[in-house]
Amino acid sequence: MPKKTSSPSEPTFEQAFKELESIIAKLENGELSLDESLALFERGQALAKQCGALLDAAELKVKQLSPDGELEDFNEEQ
Amino acid sequence: MAYGGGECVARSFHITIITSNIQLLISNLRHRLTHIPPSYTITPMPDTWTVSALTRYIRTTLETDYRLKELTVEGEISNLSRPASGHLYFTLKDSSAALRCVMWKSQAAQMIYRPRDGDRVEVRGAIGVYEASGQYQLYADSIHASGEGDLFRRFTELKAKLESEGLFDPARKRTLPLQPRRLCLVTSPTAAALRDILNVIRRRSPSLEVILCPTQVQGVDAPAQIIEAIHNANKLNPDVIIVARGGGSIEDLWAFNDEAVARAIAASTTPIISGVGHETDFTLADFAADVRAPTPSAAAEIATPDQSELINDLRDLSNRLIAAIESQIQDRRWALSAHIASLRGLSPRAALANSRQRLDDLNLRATHALQHRLELDRQRIEITTQHLHSLSPLAILDRGYAIVTRADSTEVIRDAGEVKKDETLNVRVSKGKFAVRVEKSLKENHA
Repeated sequence: MPKKTSSPSEPTFEQAFKELESIIAKLENGELSLDESLALFERGQALAKQCGALLDAAELKVKQLSPDGELEDFNEEQ
Repeated sequence: MAYGGGECVARSFHITIITSNIQLLISNLRHRLTHIPPSYTITPMPDTWTVSALTRYIRTTLETDYRLKELTVEGEISNLSRPASGHLYFTLKDSSAALRCVMWKSQAAQMIYRPRDGDRVEVRGAIGVYEASGQYQLYADSIHASGEGDLFRRFTELKAKLESEGLFDPARKRTLPLQPRRLCLVTSPTAAALRDILNVIRRRSPSLEVILCPTQVQGVDAPAQIIEAIHNANKLNPDVIIVARGGGSIEDLWAFNDEAVARAIAASTTPIISGVGHETDFTLADFAADVRAPTPSAAAEIATPDQSELINDLRDLSNRLIAAIESQIQDRRWALSAHIASLRGLSPRAALANSRQRLDDLNLRATHALQHRLELDRQRIEITTQHLHSLSPLAILDRGYAIVTRADSTEVIRDAGEVKKDETLNVRVSKGKFAVRVEKSLKENHA
């Protein structure tokens, strides 16, 4: 059952992970207003949760390049 | 066919020559024994042999024949077995005969080539007898696939050529991405290697996008297909490509020793991990790849980050996130309490208290000053009084003088002529007064 490919509104794990890292770097640098810090913290928590959910939901999907250059689902049972 | 025939001088025996017809052997041996000079006769011929004695005799005879000591036999492998002991047992056969063979673990373990049933091979070794089963067999030292020598030479030459071109230069090797998102697999869709790779990826990085670029991995068409698959894989813009094939004979893996395949791998814009054959198999594809994995499974391990590591990383990040915000809040708490303290110092209440203290202080100083001043005045008054006292006429009275006044006034009598007879006068002495009456005037000459 192929799920929809990642839409722009839904970041990939790597994007979310990277953003989380940059947020933490900013927070650890500590040159922000408290409001900014709290906003970043909330964003970071949301990202961490999202990353965890993405990891939990991950299920290997294999595609195969067909002779006419299309990507089709690969059935391992064949 | 006849054993011991003078034509048997070739290094490579044909199996049918050493057929296991013990009857024939024995009759041959009997025949030969009758022609051995007496000095060579070790055992006298018994009338009846024990099985052990006969077997030992046959063994000695076979194992002392120089033609059977170092020989190479060609045939097809069958009944191959490799029990836990690590020794290798198989039968070599051709169309009309079979030869039991054994290779001891010590040699078998060192062998790069992995024989399989049906392989045509050349086996080098010596003929010996296993007394317990009365079986003669070939004790093998080495096994080569027939024609392998030729393939190996081609491999070596091609490797040297590509190496001299710098195709295998370590500086050309690219580092693999730590977090690949898309991986292309160049392998056969039906191979066990594919299943192994997918199992590893499923276990370690199930969120990885995997695209299979199918290709044949052996046969004459394989090189062109592998090159095409690598080309197609690059067009999909993956982070890493795995080129894989399961184990096999050197012929099976030969497509991966193709010069054009090696060049295509070296020219790939995407980093390539090769996982061809077993640990001991090295192909030109391995040398040309950015990373060589010993097996297809190992290639998958190398390509993918372990998700459990990722989960740990994520947990670390979450902890750092919380620590960062807590430290931000703590910093502000410190700053705030420092400000509260300094604010307290600046409060008018403090100034008021300060003024009050200064007032008290001044008060005290004023009191002290006043007291001091009073003290000084008192001392001055005392001194003045003493001085005054010393100037008082009364002070003279102490020395025995007296002051005489009229009784009815304070007029002081200074002239004796001023007094009349019977006049009452007051006399004041140092201590008290008394009244006297004048008796007579005593006129003095000098008065």
